[in-house]
Amino acid sequence: MASSGEDRRAWVPLGSLPEFADVTPLPQDDGPSPVVAIAYRDEFRETMDYFRSLYSSRELSPRSLLITTLAISFNPANYTVWQFRRQVLEALDADLTDELDFTERVAKGNAKNYQLWHHRRWVAEKLGSDAAYRELEFTRKIFYLDAKNYHAWSHRQWVLQALGGWENELDYCVQLLEEDVLNNSAWNQRYFVVTKSPLLGGLKAVRDSEVDYAIEAINMNPQNESPWRYLRGLYNDENDAWLNDSRVPSACLRVLKAKRNFKFALSTLLDLLCLGFKPNQEIRDAITSLRTPDSGEVGSDSDLAKSICSILGHEDPMRANYWTWRSSKLPQAAEV
Amino acid sequence: MGELAGNKHVEYILSVERRKDDFHSVLMEHLRMNGAYWGLATLDLLGKLDAVDSEDVVSWIMKCQHESGGFGGNIGHDPHVHYTLSAVQVLALFDKLDVLDINKVTGYVASLQKEDGSFSGDTWGEVDTRFSYIAICCLSILKRLDSMDVEKAVKYIVSCKNMDGGFGCTPGGESHAGQILCCVGALAITGSLHHIDKDLLGWWLCERQVKSGGLNGRPEKLPDVCYSWWVLSSLIMIDRAHWIDKEKLIKFILDSQDTENGGISDRPDDAVDVYHTYFGVAGLSLLEYPGVKAIDPAYALPVNVVERIFFGRCST
Repeated sequence: MASSGEDRRAWVPLGSLPEFADVTPLPQDDGPSPVVAIAYRDEFRETMDYFRSLYSSRELSPRSLLITTLAISFNPANYTVWQFRRQVLEALDADLTDELDFTERVAKGNAKNYQLWHHRRWVAEKLGSDAAYRELEFTRKIFYLDAKNYHAWSHRQWVLQALGGWENELDYCVQLLEEDVLNNSAWNQRYFVVTKSPLLGGLKAVRDSEVDYAIEAINMNPQNESPWRYLRGLYNDENDAWLNDSRVPSACLRVLKAKRNFKFALSTLLDLLCLGFKPNQEIRDAITSLRTPDSGEVGSDSDLAKSICSILGHEDPMRANYWTWRSSKLPQAAEV
Repeated sequence: MGELAGNKHVEYILSVERRKDDFHSVLMEHLRMNGAYWGLATLDLLGKLDAVDSEDVVSWIMKCQHESGGFGGNIGHDPHVHYTLSAVQVLALFDKLDVLDINKVTGYVASLQKEDGSFSGDTWGEVDTRFSYIAICCLSILKRLDSMDVEKAVKYIVSCKNMDGGFGCTPGGESHAGQILCCVGALAITGSLHHIDKDLLGWWLCERQVKSGGLNGRPEKLPDVCYSWWVLSSLIMIDRAHWIDKEKLIKFILDSQDTENGGISDRPDDAVDVYHTYFGVAGLSLLEYPGVKAIDPAYALPVNVVERIFFGRCST
């Protein structure tokens, strides 16, 4: 079968085709004056009339497969058509590698379609682990056009866990982040790999190098939310280890000294202070130099934290209420 | 700042243009049930639900029910939990839940729960936290949460929590405002909000507000009016809504209106559609914009409708 576009290029009315001679097309019952009114084009209407007929008689045949191909070419979001197609494919015991080609054609221009991805997963599941490489390649092609496609990422994560193929995943994340270090999906995938890959030894085994990687990204773009969250996530529930990694406050200090894009650096220091972090004089001075007139004195650590909240309230006025709230929730630590 | 062109949006919804060449309209047939919910909920929020004949709509809805108990997107379409929820929500708007065979619908929804507590959308098995929310919301409206394993459902949702405090579609899935609303809503309805780090999630959510005042769904993505709902309702359910700049968000939504022909789009100057019209008006409701009825953030139904369901009284 030709590609979706070619399926309809020279339209021949279905009623004139010999293979549909014995089918009575069924029109759509649209119900009362529609809340959501619909305008039909003749070819689409004809296709769907024939679809309804074959669907209601539950005919699972090659011409039914053809009808679903046509129907999907007009409207790839019609989930009933996709479901019927699966029933037909099962009944015909069809070669599902052809189906991979079909879904790739539909994906062109419909990469965010839920039904498409669900169908693709169903096919891949049936094909088993032999399909892993092709699925990773398919999602790679999608990411080439849209590196944040949520459906594709969900599919790729499923492929890795169900069918395998972890070997090059970390490298792939590196590549995507080289292309766009702001790609939050790639950062999420990186976290997925370091925490779930059976080949890397688990989060703790790679944490050290991952901290360096995140800090390098932070140095390039301190306003990039993703590596800051990634960095924090590397220590997740382990507050002691987080507090004792001196690279983190050093990275914050580097950003503060540049006096620009320091929001996440300050908020990270704020979090550390709330956990009991004892800043050195250099950090205190760096924060002091960012003070706005009403930031107050920075004597004790709790004053320092309050000062940070005040600076952030000015730096990030859209979230002024959040920073005020943070200020009100500071631990009343007794400082020596 | 402009104003809400409420009457224009009502007109837009009541008479969507019949443009033969508008292929976009063609694509709506299979999801007419969702479209009915978006359109009718908007009308109700703007106080104009009576512009529609409820008898006609109710009888059409019932024709969309499958023998399994689930509802399809239109007459003759296969059942799916998403359309089932929309059907139940529209019936709730019209105070016609009593036309349902509750056991039948309940049986369908409950049957979609899997061993690990997750829900699939239909018999073909696609799993997503969206379906957890849909199932929980639906069964709650029908007052039949007892027919599913709530503890396991909650456990599955919690397993989708990420280190940034957000939730994805499956465990490890990227935090996304739409998925977050589904998870927070499900946890709210089942009395399980204590599983959420409200401070951490609240911060992630308020960071969705960008310079223009609009909200995006993930870091470094474009703002979209629909996130006025997904992000804001989540913030409200965890008592952190004051962490965004409400005035700026209101302006973003109002600027996304087509004040001449009615309807709201995803962002200023784009084409309108019923989906974004609903989410824009629902977002304004959460922002307490005058002239819009209050909406419940967990059930996505007007507050008076939710009160009617659970307390049997009607307040307007």
